[in-house]
Amino acid sequence: MLRVLDIHTYYGNIQALKGVTIEVAEGEIITLIGANGAGKTTTLMSISAVVPPRSGEILFKGKPITKLSPEKIVGMGISQAPEGRRIFPGLTVLENLDMGAFLRKDKAGIKEDLDYVLDLFPILAERQGQAGGTLSGGEQQMLAISRALMARPQLLLLDEPSLGLAPIIVQRIFDIIRKINSEHGTTIFLVEQNANLALQVSHRGYVMENGVITMQDTAANLAANEEIKKAYLGI
Amino acid sequence: MVAEIRKSLIAAVWFIFLTFPLMVVKVNTIENTVEWRWHNMLIVGVTFFFLSWLWRYLLQKKEEGTLTTKGALTKWTDRVMNEPAIYKPLIAVGTVAALLGPLVLSEKHMQPLISALIFIVLGLGLNIVVGLAGLLDLGYVAFYAVGAYAYALLNFHFGLSFWAALPLGAGLGAVFGILLGIPVLRLRGDYLAIVTLGFGEIIRLILENWDDLSHGPSGIANIPGPTLFGDVLSRSDSTVLIYYVIIAMLVFTIFVVNRIQNSRLGRSWLALREDEIACQAMGIDRMKTKLAAFAVGATWAGMAGVVFAAKSGFINPKSFEFWESVLILSIVVLGGQGSILGVILAAFVLKLLPEYVRILGEYRMLLFGAAMVLMMLFRPQGFISNVRRSYEFHGLDEEGADG
Repeated sequence: MLRVLDIHTYYGNIQALKGVTIEVAEGEIITLIGANGAGKTTTLMSISAVVPPRSGEILFKGKPITKLSPEKIVGMGISQAPEGRRIFPGLTVLENLDMGAFLRKDKAGIKEDLDYVLDLFPILAERQGQAGGTLSGGEQQMLAISRALMARPQLLLLDEPSLGLAPIIVQRIFDIIRKINSEHGTTIFLVEQNANLALQVSHRGYVMENGVITMQDTAANLAANEEIKKAYLGI
Repeated sequence: MVAEIRKSLIAAVWFIFLTFPLMVVKVNTIENTVEWRWHNMLIVGVTFFFLSWLWRYLLQKKEEGTLTTKGALTKWTDRVMNEPAIYKPLIAVGTVAALLGPLVLSEKHMQPLISALIFIVLGLGLNIVVGLAGLLDLGYVAFYAVGAYAYALLNFHFGLSFWAALPLGAGLGAVFGILLGIPVLRLRGDYLAIVTLGFGEIIRLILENWDDLSHGPSGIANIPGPTLFGDVLSRSDSTVLIYYVIIAMLVFTIFVVNRIQNSRLGRSWLALREDEIACQAMGIDRMKTKLAAFAVGATWAGMAGVVFAAKSGFINPKSFEFWESVLILSIVVLGGQGSILGVILAAFVLKLLPEYVRILGEYRMLLFGAAMVLMMLFRPQGFISNVRRSYEFHGLDEEGADG
């Protein structure tokens, strides 16, 4: 579904990605794990074209999307819940969700998806009129995921959904990620530092270090790998 | 308490020292003597002692959150705006007063009133750019100038009437808004403010120096007022007609701004102001959204400019100096960013008060500055803070009109 082919991405003169190749098949949950500064977020930002790669190619369903603008890419069916949640603090929960559906005109479909996400996260229904900034961290993460879902993506990019949340909330969010994948058929590309949980929910995984992919395997194999255990699982 | 008094005393002494050469020493150049006006020192000292004390008192009250006027005013405005039983009669009274205005007021009062109304339209237009989209525009007066000169020149060369120039002025305003928007899209905050400031000056300097186009500093005279069904009106009738035109324009502006505020475009402006990266991830086109804000804002300035040219009958670059931009921005900030009612109130205060309180004379600007400082300290959200209607899904049928 998504093929990232040897992309190199820079911030000014600093090279963040040094030839990253990733493949995501339809219906999968794949995870990208790695330490701070490895280039995980940059990979997602490159796919979304917020920080476009300088060389290499990204194909979505066979079509090159490397040269497209961020909004075109959202329009094609890739949406992202960015790192640090980045919800709109001054807009209400419902307005945040409506912004997620910004490019869509089908009112019936939007309503359907709204019902779906409010069903996934009932707390958001309770908080619907509240300003986004007044939500707790966990609720904001739920809102960020819901907002990305409102674009009705075929591929959902999630950047560190566990960031700064209590273990019990993280567990709940990961359960829902799995649910979105199995019930809605949404392909999910998950970037995580919490390798343990990420590998539990995903089918395959990539390990990233200093802007290059160092390992790729099924999630089960990665979780069993001695090196990974030592470096990322803390066992 | 004692500490407070001591601080105020220090402030008073400091001011005595600062104003000493101005207030106390007076050199008589004819007789070559120096007059020492010691009594002035006492006046300065006592005045600043009390001012400083009052200042500290108010600041302290503010920190304690017991500054009663603030709470009361907020409560009062909230109540007025949220209860139909209160605001409906108020709107009715306002409408009747607005319609009857020209019958009661003499021409002498009509002119400043129309000016104030034009500035309300300008304020509401800038409010879109600054209040909603959060783009600090210090060159807004340029679009006003574009509208005014569009009418004046089109009339001068081609005899175009007011009614034909009105939409053209609006359109030209929008075009210039986009022209300004394109190069400054990447800028934010202070940088944006500086570039827009430059843009405003460029337009003014072009008007001042390109004699063949704009007739230079001497301006363009004999701009006709609007005609009514083809009839040319007398000066005073024309003023009355312009008054009704600007009232109609104001109603239209309020209607449109209100609709935009609660549309998806309006919300995307708010979203863009809060987080650009999140907006990109949502598929909101930064370029288009910002350009739309500039264009929509400039449209109103263009229209207001046409009305201004028709009203004064004479325009020159002097009417479009940086100071006007500042005044419009002050109206937005003082009124409360994003608040329609606040902008109306602030435009009346800033535009009409100086007209009628002539006693202030040269001290006008001083008081204006002082008022701004006080306002930002004690009521930074403006006269009336924006009560944004929150967006709700009501099922499909009712929701249909929105977005």
